[in-house]
Amino acid sequence: MNTAIHTKYIDIQNVEQTFKTKKGNFPALRDINLSVAKGEFVALIGHSGCGKSTLLNLIAGLTTPTAGVLLCADKEIAGPGPERAVVFQNHSLLPWLTCYENIHLAVERVFGNSESKAQLKQRTHDALALVGLAAAAQKRPGEISGGMKQRVGIARALSMEPKVLLMDEPFGALDALTRAKLQDELLDIVAQTHATVVMVTHDVDEAVLLSDKIVMMTNGPAATIGEVLSVELPRPRNRVALADDPQYQQYRKAVIDFLYTRQSHVEKVA
Amino acid sequence: MVAAVFHSPLEAPATTPASPTSSHIAKAMTASQAPAALPATANRKPARDLRGFWLAVLPPLMGLALLVLIWQAIASTSDSGIPKPAETWAQALQVFSDPFYRNGPNDQGVGWNVLASLQRVAIGFGMAALVGIPAGFAIGRSVFLSRMFNPLISLLRPVSPLAWLPIGLLVFKGANPAAIWTIFICSIWPMVINTAVGVQRVPQDYMNVARVLNLSEWKIFTKILFPAVLPYLLTGVRLAVGTAWLVIVAAEMLTGGVGIGFWVWDEWNNLNVSSIIIAIFVIGTVGLLLEMALIKLASLFTYDEVKA
Repeated sequence: MNTAIHTKYIDIQNVEQTFKTKKGNFPALRDINLSVAKGEFVALIGHSGCGKSTLLNLIAGLTTPTAGVLLCADKEIAGPGPERAVVFQNHSLLPWLTCYENIHLAVERVFGNSESKAQLKQRTHDALALVGLAAAAQKRPGEISGGMKQRVGIARALSMEPKVLLMDEPFGALDALTRAKLQDELLDIVAQTHATVVMVTHDVDEAVLLSDKIVMMTNGPAATIGEVLSVELPRPRNRVALADDPQYQQYRKAVIDFLYTRQSHVEKVA
Repeated sequence: MVAAVFHSPLEAPATTPASPTSSHIAKAMTASQAPAALPATANRKPARDLRGFWLAVLPPLMGLALLVLIWQAIASTSDSGIPKPAETWAQALQVFSDPFYRNGPNDQGVGWNVLASLQRVAIGFGMAALVGIPAGFAIGRSVFLSRMFNPLISLLRPVSPLAWLPIGLLVFKGANPAAIWTIFICSIWPMVINTAVGVQRVPQDYMNVARVLNLSEWKIFTKILFPAVLPYLLTGVRLAVGTAWLVIVAAEMLTGGVGIGFWVWDEWNNLNVSSIIIAIFVIGTVGLLLEMALIKLASLFTYDEVKA
């Protein structure tokens, strides 16, 4: 039983998602079966419109599935909650609050009833320090760069000590250099916190570098999981060392082969 | 050379009005941050700054001069009885020499009249804000309420507020409350509509944050909804105050008493046209000041939208 919780910390069974649109029902996802172990880093990859964000929103509880069940720690996911923190694609910081206040809002919600004000303050500062932004505490999101905003978004999610960290293309809007830096930071943070992470991405290198498991999705509509690839590269991982690692190349090739040969994207007119 | 870069632009505006000085200082600061500036450009800098100053000040002055010129031309060619600018200026000096005198209820200084009008606007607008802003939040948040009230708002909003004046006279049995009622009616619509639109346009991302954090309704209101709606709300307030200031003049012409609108009408009955022209400038100036103050206020509460 205990091991079952560990290997199936998030358990998705026969999930189907259909959206009602003006043109009738749109089947976004079908037959989704997936389990994520505790402490595992899973990347969802696929072409745009394949429903990877839809699946992430289902795990977050922001939407409920048309059919099937999603379990987290053996409990059905009934709605969003701070134990499944989300890092949004566009960071979604509140522009009228400082970085400190943005994080404090989350900290206060999760620990406000059980901890003193000093402890809450400490947690907020720790979260900022974790992403290396202690100096930007009193700045508003409009005053810092895109990469820094995304780091505050990650800090906000981590400050809640979530059981699961859900990331929706967190680095998609950043330039390549900033993205690489944040990926490295995320690797460090995950190594420190042993977080369970589900991350949506469309970047093959990002998926191979970061994850233990890459879930490749077929093209929509009615997308499903096409293939699951276990990435057994030893950690800690170093992007420079991995660059000419034959095993890394092999994983990379497998994902590219899936995405561009077997699921080569055809824009369908809906 | 650096010293020259820093000082010369400051000396230039010493003879000019105070307002552009700050921009000169700002330019001087940027110049001093680049001490490698070429001597030639450093020498030319004061002249260019002076030119910028004239480009900022000259066109509005020319506009004003054009207005006075046309006014002078009309006043001196026709026998319409429009006073010349010089006569009006003399009259204005007299009016403003003692703006706060009182010779009975129908003969008071221009200052008292403006204050009386502003007071009516403040009361009518304040009550409209107390009703309109919460109503806007409710309508924006609830689809049911929005479907319930939107047709009513669409029906009533285009009605001239003065059409409500008789209803006010009937219900409140007094000229002053009726004028305030008219202000209330005209300023409530922009606030209801803008607040409701603001609530409906709160980005879904922010609401998702609220849902993931499981925030209480009170926290959602104070930390997300209210700050997100504030710029829309302040636009509503600005439109409302602008409309109220337009309407108060007309309402006071009809209700009488003390007030800038009544003053205009009273001076017309005395055939004192230069006073009417002075009143037009006074009304315009007060309206402009209100508008500028509210724009300043709004800019304090406008934040960069969340864009990745």
